[in-house]
Amino acid sequence: MRRLRQWGPGLALLSPSLILLAVFVYGLIAWTLKVSVSDEHTALGSKGFVGLDNYTKLFTDDINDRFVHSLKNLLIFTAVFLVGTMFFGLLWAFLLERGVRAEGFFRTVYLFPMAVSFIASGVVWRWLMNPNKGEGAGGLNAVFGAVHLDFLQSTWWTNPNWGMASMAIPAMWQLSGYVMALFLAGFRGIPQELREAAAMDGASTYRLYRNVIFPQLTPVALSALIIIGHMSMKMFDLIMSVSGPQWLTEVPAVYVWQALLTSDYAKAAAISIILLLLVAVVIVPYLIYTNRAEKSS
Amino acid sequence: MRFSRRAAVAVVGVAALLTATACGSSGDSGGGTGSKKVEVFTWWADGGEKAGLDGLVAQFAKDCPGQTFENGAVAGGAGANAKQVLASRLQQNQPPDTFQAHAGAELLDYINAGQVQDLSADYDTWGLKTAFPQGLIDNLTVDGKIYSVPANIHRANVVWTNKKVLSDAGITDDPKDLAGFIADLDKLKAKGIKSPLAIGKDWTQLMLFESVLITDLGADQFTGLWKGTTDWTSAPVTKAITDFKQLLTYTNTDRDALDWTDAEKLVMDGKAGYQLMGDWEAADLDAKNFTGYGYFTFPGNGATYQWLADSFVLPKGANNADGTKCWLKTVGSADGQKAFNTKKGSIPARTDASPADYPKYQQAAMADWKTEKQVPSCAHGSACSQGWQGAANSALGAFSTNQDVAGLQKALAAAAQQFAKK
Repeated sequence: MRRLRQWGPGLALLSPSLILLAVFVYGLIAWTLKVSVSDEHTALGSKGFVGLDNYTKLFTDDINDRFVHSLKNLLIFTAVFLVGTMFFGLLWAFLLERGVRAEGFFRTVYLFPMAVSFIASGVVWRWLMNPNKGEGAGGLNAVFGAVHLDFLQSTWWTNPNWGMASMAIPAMWQLSGYVMALFLAGFRGIPQELREAAAMDGASTYRLYRNVIFPQLTPVALSALIIIGHMSMKMFDLIMSVSGPQWLTEVPAVYVWQALLTSDYAKAAAISIILLLLVAVVIVPYLIYTNRAEKSS
Repeated sequence: MRFSRRAAVAVVGVAALLTATACGSSGDSGGGTGSKKVEVFTWWADGGEKAGLDGLVAQFAKDCPGQTFENGAVAGGAGANAKQVLASRLQQNQPPDTFQAHAGAELLDYINAGQVQDLSADYDTWGLKTAFPQGLIDNLTVDGKIYSVPANIHRANVVWTNKKVLSDAGITDDPKDLAGFIADLDKLKAKGIKSPLAIGKDWTQLMLFESVLITDLGADQFTGLWKGTTDWTSAPVTKAITDFKQLLTYTNTDRDALDWTDAEKLVMDGKAGYQLMGDWEAADLDAKNFTGYGYFTFPGNGATYQWLADSFVLPKGANNADGTKCWLKTVGSADGQKAFNTKKGSIPARTDASPADYPKYQQAAMADWKTEKQVPSCAHGSACSQGWQGAANSALGAFSTNQDVAGLQKALAAAAQQFAKK
């Protein structure tokens, strides 16, 4: 009884959010899972259970290997996006940390794109990345043409092999500043004493960063990777506004939308579950890691 | 005592939250059976479409005294948002009194789900079977029954031209067949027009491909592709894909980045000579004050009218079935079709309309509508279900980059196998 008094009120206070979570997050995930193993391919509703058919069909029996193609697109996008944002974020944070003039101004400039929605920036980047070259060029290609750097002109996202790398450019432009802010906070969190101690030991600047400062940034880098990584896997709005839904730039999230529009609920649910698993593969180890780190500290 | 006070606060807090959610869950449950309201669910929220709907509503007020119109429009191009809202309402058995849908195969999903009612008997009483051309009645009929009343007709297989660009290249006559068309395209290319045939992303490519299919297969075989009687793996389809591939070499390379209005602008700016598009382009060019345009049926299509239409249905479980029937009667009536189409820029499905009420392009289209053979369009849902349409768009999008003839044919055959007769 005493025990119940101890944790009872806490539980009671938490219970509304617990119930909401249980119903609207985990309950709906369970529902999606149920739809994904049914044959609800039209507005007619489900006739029965088909096991993992919907999943295996996505990999073996999809017209033109559409799903595998969308996964390939997502892989290229994610790789370029992650490497790009981490590189630029770290570079800018490093420059600001080294003490440039008007740091506040540059910090705002770099961070500002994050305030713009993907839809708005996507529309602008759609114009900037006009794929016409030469005479009819527009956007960036026209700029390159005007300054006689024609070799830089590109077909951007319409390139069938590496188009998704171009698609990552607006995303990088938008989120590098955010990664920079994370790193900058990491830099600022390192106590001055450590730098002084390293200086006393006669460490060069290179050694100072290589052996003292960067190792302390690992948790920040990991957090940044996870945040950017899961955003990348769920990427939808940017692609919808740059290219619209189409074969060339289709990623799983866009495919889910297309399947829903054609009332193929089972297929849409199966792709959603695969997407959820992909994100979980990234996030769960991170949660375990932070959990351990918190326990040991 | 400290604990019990905390407990009391907690209980009150939880109770307050639960009541709040309980209040939120009791929604409106719609009108009763004796309702005199007709909720009309469309995606006509602005522009010429809204004006057409308003015209129809005015006519409805005249024809159906005692009934009131309730606008259930959900904005969004081609019904992208509206269809989602509609699907959830149908699943909850709370259908609107009537809803807009592309006539033809796109209705199949609703028909198979038993969500819309047979209107064949009403077609007889309203005299629509004689007012509409036989080809349209054939295309609309599913297992001997008709489920929708078309409000308008658009034509898909029309090529739009920039007259000045063509006359500069010495082209005076419309091409009679595909070979003639390609010869004209070559003439334009020789004149320095790099991409004489303007086109946009996947669905506009599907429209062009369907026109080529009509030319190479003929009207009956073409319709059979969607009915399951023509084989997608046959040699004529291969020839059509090869012809289509050749036509693509005359198109703009940034096609996947353009919508139909971007392609239209290429024609208006004189950067292209031709564009294949539905006849809503006439209204759009007029609205943009571009007068130097010409048009002809896609070369080799002969007397074939590839149609698409917006139509209205009677859902099962509609609150006010009498009111809905009166709405449908108005939609199909001569006055209703006139009120709608003169404002929207389409033509009436009825053959007894007076051409004098319509602009120049529509007059020509109305004459063709009476005499030519009707075939449906997959890109606009009159030939194929939504799932099939999505698969076809995706396959054409892939073809735009990989140009793989065998691959496209295989994908289209697989789509037909998956979606035909379902």
